[in-house]
Formats: sequence, structure tokens, C-alpha cells
Amino acid sequence: MLDLKGYGPALLDGAVVTIELAFLSLAVAITLGLIGASAKLSDNRLAKGAATTYTTLIRGVPDLVMMLLFYYGGQVAVNMLSDHIWETYEIDFFFQFDPFISGVVTIGLIFGAYMTETFRGAFLAVETGQIEAARAYGFTRFHTFRRIMLPQMLRHALPGIGNNWQVLLKTTALVSIIGLTDMVRVAEEAAKAERMPFHFFIPVAFVYLALTAGSELFIKWLNKRANVGVVQGG
Amino acid sequence: MADQAPLICRDIHKTFDQLEVLKGISLETRKGDVVSLIGSSGSGKSTFLRCINLLETPTSGDIIVHGDPIRFTTNRRGERIPADNKQVELIRAKLSMVFQSFNLWSHMTVLENIIEAPVNVLKVPKKEAIERAESYLNKVGIYERKDYYPAQMSGGQQQRAAIARALAMEPEVMLFDEPTSALDPELVGEVLKVMQSLAEEGRTMIVVTHEMAFAKDVSTQVLFLHQGVIEEQGTPQKVFDNPDSERMKQFLAPKF
Repeated sequence: MLDLKGYGPALLDGAVVTIELAFLSLAVAITLGLIGASAKLSDNRLAKGAATTYTTLIRGVPDLVMMLLFYYGGQVAVNMLSDHIWETYEIDFFFQFDPFISGVVTIGLIFGAYMTETFRGAFLAVETGQIEAARAYGFTRFHTFRRIMLPQMLRHALPGIGNNWQVLLKTTALVSIIGLTDMVRVAEEAAKAERMPFHFFIPVAFVYLALTAGSELFIKWLNKRANVGVVQGG
Repeated sequence: MADQAPLICRDIHKTFDQLEVLKGISLETRKGDVVSLIGSSGSGKSTFLRCINLLETPTSGDIIVHGDPIRFTTNRRGERIPADNKQVELIRAKLSMVFQSFNLWSHMTVLENIIEAPVNVLKVPKKEAIERAESYLNKVGIYERKDYYPAQMSGGQQQRAAIARALAMEPEVMLFDEPTSALDPELVGEVLKVMQSLAEEGRTMIVVTHEMAFAKDVSTQVLFLHQGVIEEQGTPQKVFDNPDSERMKQFLAPKF
């Protein structure tokens, strides 16, 4: 049996942090992706411009730099703001940047940009006749989106979502640099202290592998459901 | 009030960029009218049909559905747009459309396709909507296919399902946009037969079609469009047997 030298519980806690971080970031990323894609496809020039700036900026900057900038830079910005508010209005306003929240927000922002592109392509892949039929039957814009666009777009988006999710899951490992004790951070400390890198990193690698393999099965199942009514290879 | 005209269109113009596709089309229907719009490709007949339910916004002209004129306004770019989206949705619900390529929602079964708009747009209770859908599926002869997805059916069956979807709205006017043009020749008959039975029931229909026999035998009014204007208009007898327009004569002349 694998002897984790007493680091077992800490590693398990770390794994839970990794999973929580991944799911919350995914929720943020999907929300931002839907908003971003809708903005990019809208007629509103301001919305279009904002979304394009967002995706260009995020996709052009390394994840690591984003993470550091957001966590350390974010705290400095809050400090400056709270000083200013105190000096001007004498209101005591301050909060500490929480590494977990920073992690969720940063990873969510990064993958929101990738999701924007995934969803944009998926929305464009929905046949115009499907949307036209909805309009012709008096659907509101929201009803058309929820009942026709969304379910039909999902079929085209799922492969991309699956891809993004796997990369996102692995990107959560970056949060160890902003002091969050995820699985990787615990393993790193343990490996250093015990001088046994294989002993700690290989189990961590397997946890990631198990998570990605498990989600691949789940996405396959989702894909089958989203493709209902589609004749394969027809 | 006496029977109000289900649909009146007055002097409809439509311009795409610089190209004027419709140059003043007017149409007045009575209840139970079957109007056939015929003409060669590019004559503007489909565009006119799409203007009626505002899938295209006419550049000028009035559309009056059962006494209710559609209100327009101008946006910042100076384009004409409908003034009230709620009104447009209400009017569309009264003018259900059958498309050339069926456009059944592919992720829903036939039954789900048919009850979607009655339940969500007209707010018909679901149970009632299902009963209604089943009776219309019987009428178009595909009741046994109600749990199929569109892709599992032939084109003729899909188009009949689409007609059932249109009927389930119990519309003032049914709009048909070349309903048989995407079908294999041997499937055209089954769709035309359904449409003929609807005409006999006294439903008001506007049909863009290349099926001259249908236009001649089933319609009460025929409009022949050419380059965005009505070249010939009247009863089928008049238009087919005794046309005034040279164009119409050419159009009807045997091709080989």
C-alpha cells in the first residue's frame, strides 16, 4: 500500500480544493462565455468591441502572468482604492484578496475567453431556418434563445467545452503560486520535506488523470443526449 | 362587425441595399381565400411572403392583419423597423408559416414541435395542446409518427408535420413558402393533397408555388409577379386562360 508519510489527509484536502476550484471556475467561464459570444454576435458595436478586447487580451497573456497580476495587483488596487475612499469620504472600506476567490475569478476569466470562441462558433453553426421558424411562430427573443438556440448550439459546443474543461482542470495547478493549498502545493511541500518527488507527484498525476478520464466519459454521455434527433453519418 | 379582411397589404416596397425587389405589391384577402403567388425565381414572391410576417421588414407600405395595422418606426440608421416587438409576436402567432425546407426544430419530436408554440406563445394548457396536436396529426395523416424526430422521416412527412405545426396555431392566415419545392417528385402529391383539403375547409391561405395545377385548381386568386410588380392578377380562370400580360403568356407557354 502506498505510504503517504502522513500527508494523505492534506493531499485529500488539496484534491478537494482543486475540484472545487475547477467547478466554480467552469461555472464562471461558461457564464462569461455565453455573455461574450452573445456580445460578439450582437449588432451593438460597443458590446462587440468589449468582447473582442476581452478575448484578445486574455488569450494573448500567459495564464501565470494573469494569475500573479490579478492576485498581487488586485490587492494593491484595493489598498489604493480604500486609502482614497478613507481620505475623501472617511469611510472604512477594505477587504483582503482571498487566494481562492482570486483563483476562481482568474481561471474563470481566462477560460471565459476560450468559451466565448467555442460558443460563438456553436451559435453560428445553428441553421438559420431553425431560428427563423421560431421567429415566425411569435417566439420572444429569450424564448428563441432558451428553447431553440441553446439546445441546438450545445451539440456543436460540447466538444469544445470538453477540451476547455480538461485544460482548465490542469490550469488550476497554477493557484499554488498564489499561496492556495491545492493538491499540487501539498505534494510539492511533501516531496521537498521527504525528498521523494516520485512518491508524491505520481499519485497527484493519477488524480488529474482520473478526473480528466472521468469527465471525458461524462461529456460523451452529454454528447449523446445533445445529439438526439440527429442522424449520424446520414 | 362583418367579416373583416384577414390580411391587407398596401403598396409594399422592399429594397435590399440598392436593389428594389418589391415595387409596390398590394393584396386584399377575404376569409377563405386561397391566394397563389406565382412567377419565376427572383420575381419577389417569396420576399413578399416574408414581408407579410415581418421576417423581412418592408421598406414602405402597410400590413393590416384582421384590422390591426402593424406599426413601424425608424431606427438611428434611418432604417424602418417594427415599432412594437410585442405586436409583431402577436401578429406572427396569427400568421403561421410553412417553409420550403420545413424548418421543424430538429431536437424536438414531431409532437413537441407542434405543441411548442401553442403552449409557450398562445399559452394553451399543455393537455389541450397535445389533444389539438394529435387531431391535426391525424388530419395530415402522420399520427403514428408523432414521437419521431424530424430527421427520421421523409421530406413529405416532415412537411406534413410542419403543416400540422402551422394548423395548431389556429391561425387567421397560413403562409406557404414553396412548400413542395424541396420534395422528391413522388412526395409532392401527399403535401398538395393536404393543402387542398385545408383550402376546402375554408382556411385563408397564401401560397408561393411553382405547382401550376394547384394554383389553377385550388386558388381563388392568383398573383403573377415579375421583377417586383404584379403583372397579372385575378381569378385562376382569368390569369391562366385569358391573361393580358405578355409575360404571363410566356411564363405559361410550353417550355419544350
